[in-house]
Amino acid sequence: MSSHRLEIKDLTVSYNRVPAIHHLSMSLSCGNCVALLGPNGAGKTTLFKAMVGLLPKESGSIHFHGHSPHDPATDLTYLPQSNTQDSDFPITVRGVVELGRFLRLGWWKRFGAEDQRVVDEVLASLHLSDLADRQISALSGGQQQRAFLGRALAQEAHVFLLDEPFTGLDKGGQEMMSETLRSIAKRGNLVIASHHDLKTVPELFNQVILLNGELVAFGPTQEVFTEANIRRTYETESFSGVSHGLVT
Amino acid sequence: MDWLLEPFRHEFMQRALFGCALIGFTNGFLSAFIVLRRLALMADALSHSLLPGLALGVILFGLTPTSVFFGALVAALMVALGAELISRSSRVKEDTSLGILYTVAFSLGIVLLSYAKVRIELHHYLFGNILGLADSDLWTIYGISFLTLVVLVALQRPLQVMLFEPAIAAAQGVPVSKLNYLILTLLVLSMISSLQAVGVILALGLLTAPAATIYLFSNSFSAMFWGGGILGMLGSCLGLFVSYWLNLPSGACIVLVLGGIFCLAFLFSPKYGVLPRLFRRRHLHEQSLARWEHRKGHLQIVPPADLPESRPDAE
Repeated sequence: MSSHRLEIKDLTVSYNRVPAIHHLSMSLSCGNCVALLGPNGAGKTTLFKAMVGLLPKESGSIHFHGHSPHDPATDLTYLPQSNTQDSDFPITVRGVVELGRFLRLGWWKRFGAEDQRVVDEVLASLHLSDLADRQISALSGGQQQRAFLGRALAQEAHVFLLDEPFTGLDKGGQEMMSETLRSIAKRGNLVIASHHDLKTVPELFNQVILLNGELVAFGPTQEVFTEANIRRTYETESFSGVSHGLVT
Repeated sequence: MDWLLEPFRHEFMQRALFGCALIGFTNGFLSAFIVLRRLALMADALSHSLLPGLALGVILFGLTPTSVFFGALVAALMVALGAELISRSSRVKEDTSLGILYTVAFSLGIVLLSYAKVRIELHHYLFGNILGLADSDLWTIYGISFLTLVVLVALQRPLQVMLFEPAIAAAQGVPVSKLNYLILTLLVLSMISSLQAVGVILALGLLTAPAATIYLFSNSFSAMFWGGGILGMLGSCLGLFVSYWLNLPSGACIVLVLGGIFCLAFLFSPKYGVLPRLFRRRHLHEQSLARWEHRKGHLQIVPPADLPESRPDAE
C-alpha cells in the first residue's frame, strides 16, 4: 500500500461564521476507496470544497504527503455533482479529457505525444473511444459522468474527491463507475466519494467516513459501518457534541 | 474588376478598410468569450457607461485621444465593478444593479456633455464614423487589438477551463475572478477602440454575432475564437464595401452583413441550423416508423378475442 497520506487536523469550516464542519481530524492513506456518508447538510460537499481550497478554513490544516496541497492540479482532483457545467459548451468528449492534461501541464507547456497517449488511454479505459468526437450534450447522463471522470483521470492527481458519482446512473453505469473507482484505488490513489445508497457501501468501499457536522466514525468498512454508527450519524442533530464527548 | 478596386483610390477608404479589418478581427475573436461567458447584456450596459467618462475627460482635458481613452475606460470599469459591489453586498442581483448603474451613467454623460466646450454629437458616439478615422484612432485600434489578441491567445487554456467548469477551475488553482475581470477589461478596451469606427452600439454586433455564428457550426473552442475573428474581419470589410457602393452608413452596413450571415447560419447550418434539424427529425421519425412496420411482420400479435377471459387481478 502506498505511504502517501492525507492528514486533516482539527478542521473547522464555516459559512458566515456558522460552522458546518467542526474540529474534524483524520488521516487517510492512499490505495483506499473511501465512502463519505452522512445525511443532507452533514457537510460532505463542504469538506470537499475546503479540501480543494474553494472554502476558507476557520481553523485546522490539511496536509498531503507532508505538505499543504499547494499544487492543487497534481495533488487533488475534484469532481463536483453533475450539472454544474454548461452542456452546450463547444467541446467534445476528447476535449473534456484533454482539459485534465491542460490542468496538469499548466498554462503554456506544450501538449505533446505523451499527453495524447494518456488521453487515448483514459478514453479507452472508460469505454469512451467511440464517443470521443461527440459533443458532450449528445451523451447520456452516465456517459457524461464518465467523461468528467476521464478529465480527472487524465490529470493524474493522487487524491480523487468525487461528489456523488453514482447519482443518476443506471445499473450498468454504476457497475462501470465502481469498477473504475476500484482500479484507481488499486493504482495507489486515494478515492473519497460521497454516497447516498447505504446498501451498496460494503461492496463499493473498503473504508468509511461517517460525518454529521462532526466526525462520527472513520475506519475500515467492516468495523465502522455498523448499525449503531449509522444511527448515530443519521438520527442525531447536526453537531450535537455527542461525538466530541461534550454531551453524554 | 475596376469596381472592386475603385474604393481603394481614396485614402480615407484605405484607412477605413484597415481599421475595419483590425476591429472586425479583434472584436470577432473576443466575441467567443463574450458569447460563452454570456456577457452580451453586460457588454450592452458597458457600451453606454463609457459616455460620462468620455464627457468628463473632454471637459477637464479637452478633446484628445488620451482624455477620451482614459475617461471612457475609468467610467466603464467603475460601472462594472460598482454593479458587482452592489450585488455582493446586498440582496439586489447583478443584472438589476447593472441596469441601474448604466442608465445613471448614460444620463450623467448626457448632462455632462452639455457642459463640454467642444461639441460632441451623441449620434457620433453611438454610431461612429469609420470614414473619418484619424492616425491617432488607427494607433489606438492597433495597440488595443495587439494587446487583446496576445492576452487571449496566451491565456486560452485557463480561460477555456474557467468558461466550461468555473468550479473545477477555481478548485485547481485557476484565478477565476481575476480572469473574469480581465475579460471585462478587454471588452471595455475593444469598445473604446470601436468608438470612432462603428460607435459603441454597433460594436456590440461585432462583439456577439461572429462567435454566435460559428457556435452554430462547430464544437471546437478554438474554432470559435479564430473563426469568430476571421468572420468578423471579412464581414466588416464586406459591410464597408456595401456601404460604399450603396452610399449607406458604414457601421450599420457592417452589422447588417454580420446579422445576415448569422440568420443564414441559424436557418441552414448543417449541425445546429433550424431547417436541417427539422428535416433530420422528420427523417428519423420516418425511419422509426419503417422499422416498426418491418418488425410488426415478425411479431406475433395476439388478437383481443384470444386473450384469457379472467385476469389474475380481476377478483
